[in-house]
Amino acid sequence: MTAPPRMGFFTDTSVCIGCKACEVACKEWNAIPADFPEGGFTGTSMDSSEGLGADTWRHVAFVEQRRPLGGQDPGVPRTAPTPHDVAHLDVLSLAGQGASSAPAHIPASPAEPGPAGDFRWLMSSDVCKHCTHAACLDVCPTGSLFRTEFGTVVVQEDICNGCGYCVPACPYGVIDQRKDDGRVWKCTLCYDRIGVGAEPACAKACPTDSIQFGPLDELRERADARLAQLHGAGIDEARLYGRDPADGVGGDGAFFLLLDEPEVYGLPPDPVVTTRDLPRMWRHVGTAALALVGGVAAAFASTIVTGGRRR
Amino acid sequence: MSESDVTRDGVRGARPGREATTGAVRDDGRQGGRRRRDGRRGRGERAMVPDADFRSYYGRSVLNPPTWQSRDIAGYLFLGGLAGASSLLGAGAQATGRPALARSGKLAAIGAGALSLAALVHDLGRPLRFLHMLRVFKVTSPMSVGSWLLAGYVPLAGVAAATAVTGRLPRVGAAATAGAATLGPAVASYTAALISDTAVPAWHDGHREMPYVFVGSAATAAGGLGLIAAPSAEQAPARALATLGVGTELAAFELMERRMGLTAEPYSSGTGGRYVRTSKVLAVAGLAGAVLGRRSRIASAVSGAALVAASAATRWGIFHAGLQSANDPKYTVVPQRQRLEEGRPATGTSTTTHPVTAPTGEG
Repeated sequence: MTAPPRMGFFTDTSVCIGCKACEVACKEWNAIPADFPEGGFTGTSMDSSEGLGADTWRHVAFVEQRRPLGGQDPGVPRTAPTPHDVAHLDVLSLAGQGASSAPAHIPASPAEPGPAGDFRWLMSSDVCKHCTHAACLDVCPTGSLFRTEFGTVVVQEDICNGCGYCVPACPYGVIDQRKDDGRVWKCTLCYDRIGVGAEPACAKACPTDSIQFGPLDELRERADARLAQLHGAGIDEARLYGRDPADGVGGDGAFFLLLDEPEVYGLPPDPVVTTRDLPRMWRHVGTAALALVGGVAAAFASTIVTGGRRR
Repeated sequence: MSESDVTRDGVRGARPGREATTGAVRDDGRQGGRRRRDGRRGRGERAMVPDADFRSYYGRSVLNPPTWQSRDIAGYLFLGGLAGASSLLGAGAQATGRPALARSGKLAAIGAGALSLAALVHDLGRPLRFLHMLRVFKVTSPMSVGSWLLAGYVPLAGVAAATAVTGRLPRVGAAATAGAATLGPAVASYTAALISDTAVPAWHDGHREMPYVFVGSAATAAGGLGLIAAPSAEQAPARALATLGVGTELAAFELMERRMGLTAEPYSSGTGGRYVRTSKVLAVAGLAGAVLGRRSRIASAVSGAALVAASAATRWGIFHAGLQSANDPKYTVVPQRQRLEEGRPATGTSTTTHPVTAPTGEG
């Protein structure tokens, strides 16, 4: 039996509509406890979950920006409506034309573009990145965190002793400790679902395919094509995040198409797995330990040099 | 059970909106979301880098800050240093015929060692699962290495102290003393790797100098405790060790702050900065008192207490500075953005994707 290919998420934020179906589906499938923010509202646009943590494995970010929008063509013929048109709109005759073909004339289309606005809304569903070089997995002292046959990173809850080391090790702020439980929790990429050929709950629930699940190499190809399409449409600021296998974490198993710099969405611009520097840390620890031995030896030697005065 | 819609041959039933293009065209420069940070420099802070201009998600932290409690983990860093260096001091005293200093060093080692182990267990979310620490050994996890170190060190330090107090089994005691003195330096220094091996900017960026700060602080604490506990006739090595410790700690800390740049800011501001400043005052005062008041038993003891407190304040300062740097997105975003804009590769060599683990039993 051959190993399955590495599976992952491609989250295309350019088609995210901020419906939070992913958050709900994730909570329901994984039976995650409720975690309402203080007072019930965050005051940060439509964001109601603040960020990833022990009880939030999908988090939809909402960014409001003062930035001119381009016009958008809804692709149906139209004329400018007047208030009279709207008031006398015959919805029954429109319905009689059926939905299978566009009507020849729409007096007042809800898709009427209007003038270009000066406001845009960025929405993005964040999730564990399932890094190639995963710091959480590297530093876990119990072996509770492990890499699955799908190349994902999962916590074994019967092993985790809640030491919390993975929490500050994660360069993305994903994994966290559940206070009343003591253990750490994060996205499993629905290990139970993908094992039987089902896609993860969030991807299943996403109504616009902003969240796409599949073999990582295929997702990367699809993301490259989508990026080229958006650049071709004049959206120069579109960029892939976590796509590059040569980045500081060896590429993410869950990567993104963003419309602004990563930090705008609360993502680190250039994360590096902390254990990349660990060999150097151990060398300095070794040198320092020897220095301490030398220091103690010097402390005793100095009492001989100063004439053996024992004081 | 339904099957995945995504197959290697493409997607079944893809949603129709997938190919939609967004309305925003042509980047017109950065507007909105940008957060201007004006310098908020209080007394005693230095401008080491220009004020940071950066963007963030509602000012929220990028990282999840450590869940560790300061009493447990800052205490653990302090006690581990005190224990490890005290084992060395005790062994040296035994070898040079200073029985009182030897006994106090060994008692300090087992006292601090046992307390540090208790702090480590107490900080676990599931304390009853402490032994899960010993089901694997991973060099990629300083906490795994440290757990194994303590598992070997604490019993040795215990036997060394017990034989010193009771006077029984002198050969066993000598062997345990030597063993504890062998592991002691590692116990005192590995905690630097423990905190540096995280994404916390103030901890990770100081990873080159942190071990020297830690062993310096450990020597300060052990020397200070020797000045409190040992009689005047046997205090000279403790005083010399504290002198070396304070010098090493101050020099390494200064070097660390200078090299780190922006991410050293928490070491001179807020709670972390207050502890660090307190530590420096206590260390210098304690050292001056220990040297000038060496003929006075009381002056030596008071100076020793100041040195022990200085070591603890260093650890609490480093702990809180780490929390501050994790809670403010500035310390994560600005250095990474600078690195990208300068086209600098991130430091380091390589890492293991699949660390070597040795499962013990459970499968």
